[in-house]
Amino acid sequence: MSDESGFQRFKGTEGYIASPPLIDAVNCAIALERPLLIKGEPGTGKTLLALHVAEGLGMPMESWYIKSTSKAAEGLYLYDTIQRLNDARFGEGDVQDIRRYIKYGPLGRVFAAEKRHVLLIDEVDKADVEFPNDLLRELDEMRFTVMETREEVAAKERPLVIITSNNEKELPDAFLRRCVFHFIDFPEPDLMREIVDVHHKNLDATLLDQVLIKFYWLRGQRELRKKPSTSELIDWISALLRSGMSAQQVEAHLPFVGTLLKNEQDTEALGQFDESDSQMPTSWSDLGPRYQQ
Amino acid sequence: MFLDLFYKLREHGVPVAVQEWMMLMRALALGQHGSGLSGFYHVARCCLVKSEVYFDTFDAVFASIYGGVEGELEVTEELMKWLEEPKDYEGMTDEQRAMLEELSRDELLQRYLETLAEQDARHDGGGRWIGTGGHSPFGHGGEHPTGIRVGGPGGGHSAMKTIEERKYRAYRTDETLDLRNTKVALKRLRQLTRLGNPEELDLDETIDETCRQGGEIDLVFRAQKRNNVRLLLLMDVGGSMDPFFRPVSRLLTAMHEERGLRDFRSFYFHNCPYENVYSEPQLYREYAVPTGDLLRRFDERWKLLVVGDAAMHPHELMSGYGNIDPRMETETAGIVWLQRLAAHFGRSAWVNPEPVKAWDNTRTNTLIRRVFPMYELTVDGIEEAVAALIGARKAA
Repeated sequence: MSDESGFQRFKGTEGYIASPPLIDAVNCAIALERPLLIKGEPGTGKTLLALHVAEGLGMPMESWYIKSTSKAAEGLYLYDTIQRLNDARFGEGDVQDIRRYIKYGPLGRVFAAEKRHVLLIDEVDKADVEFPNDLLRELDEMRFTVMETREEVAAKERPLVIITSNNEKELPDAFLRRCVFHFIDFPEPDLMREIVDVHHKNLDATLLDQVLIKFYWLRGQRELRKKPSTSELIDWISALLRSGMSAQQVEAHLPFVGTLLKNEQDTEALGQFDESDSQMPTSWSDLGPRYQQ
Repeated sequence: MFLDLFYKLREHGVPVAVQEWMMLMRALALGQHGSGLSGFYHVARCCLVKSEVYFDTFDAVFASIYGGVEGELEVTEELMKWLEEPKDYEGMTDEQRAMLEELSRDELLQRYLETLAEQDARHDGGGRWIGTGGHSPFGHGGEHPTGIRVGGPGGGHSAMKTIEERKYRAYRTDETLDLRNTKVALKRLRQLTRLGNPEELDLDETIDETCRQGGEIDLVFRAQKRNNVRLLLLMDVGGSMDPFFRPVSRLLTAMHEERGLRDFRSFYFHNCPYENVYSEPQLYREYAVPTGDLLRRFDERWKLLVVGDAAMHPHELMSGYGNIDPRMETETAGIVWLQRLAAHFGRSAWVNPEPVKAWDNTRTNTLIRRVFPMYELTVDGIEEAVAALIGARKAA
């Protein structure tokens, strides 16, 4: 997977269809050794990307799933004082050796590893607004010091850091300046066909057409509070296949709408549409000029 | 031509710093852009632009520098006719695709002009002439990695020209203010301080204390970190504010739902606060609260946010007995009250629902801006206002 210049290059994998701009962004991040920041609508495969970059480049992966209570320091290491206190009290183990009580976090493990890793920092925006700033130095220099032992952990191989964000919070400028950025667009129908093909091989063409027409029609409805995403489309097709629905059945109405709409008001809105005798689109031309083929 | 991009982006408000520019230069030095203009576009965008909010501006600037192909080309009526009613095209085989060389824009343009000179009839499908379907680099409805599209919809994935379609327009934040955006902007309104009763285990102190006690465990507690921001909101209602009902009510909802604040109080006024403000948006006399009371009850630790269009008759702001409601007229001019409020509260900001470009149309707006820093009621504006309330003080 490397070209003449010696860089590893990501080209997408069998299980993940990446658009050319995304591939360029990933390769840019690899070459520049900068973190790659990925934003995009939920369900466009932000988290999956890291998995497949790791697979495509043959690199091991480490994940750090961020919660609202996550602290930057946890990613580096934790000093298990409680265990030490406990051991000291009950006389177990060598309490003098602080190193025994230093537990590396995902970032620490990746730095300490012999092999170059892919590190996924998932949903970085969930944490406190200051969280990304607290990681600036570590991500820049790829090293940190364990305060308790004064030992320095420096990355032997700079990991490829992939950071995802759902835009819940603005990220600090200083942090953004250090990242390569990519925004995953919602896939157009053609790309979506490829994506569906990865998950459901050899799907009946007329069924796929009907499914996609309904899906893009639903997404185009302004009343919806939560638009269905790619992952919901995949689930929906699974449900249709398992129950053996035909293209004709999907043409007239939407079976298993619960896999697409996750919001009570949205389901109600669709119910009202059903009662109103309006016709659901059955061909791409019904969806308007944007989808004319 | 390169540096143009940097300065033009900055000129159009895309926050690009030298650091990012150096990043792009390194990426180019490493050959990340490949051979085509679209590769350069991808690399430049992922290095320079850090939010989809600026994609639209980036596309516009990029197109203005490297695009404009259509403008230089002569597209005759006859040519456009050949391109009407696209013919369906089956798509390319892999071999065909491999055979197509990736052309640079200049080569492509050259070829286009040459082909145009030679071509004398309509063509559909095929790989050479300008027409519909097919995999020639020119025309529309076909597929070619870097082709020039001449009118009509694109078939395969994007030619360079789709950059000019500005499909990221919807992501601009300066134009929209929805509830969620507003909440996110308001989330910044926080200063964490340890407040209240000691409830949280202070591990470091516990260990130190335990050591001091010779191993006898001694638990030490401390107060939790809480947001210490107190916000006082003064809001202009009625009259010239009516057209802004929706954005203003969204701001108000977001503020009421912002649970993080230590304290939040709101009062209302019409056009300008005078002796009284009102505790309810219906400015009945029974709801009146003396403004002097406000100054006594809320000390300088409170932050003052005023929402209003700052538009009124100059007399209402500058003269004594200026209140538009004759029953409430008193000697002190409105501007004096505004100055007192601004001087009393350490930090204050004015948010105006009128767009910035309209501000200079009203004389009172200019006057009020001398008293309060003023921001537009957009997501960006609210962020700036929040920064003015809690951020580092900027030199006037």
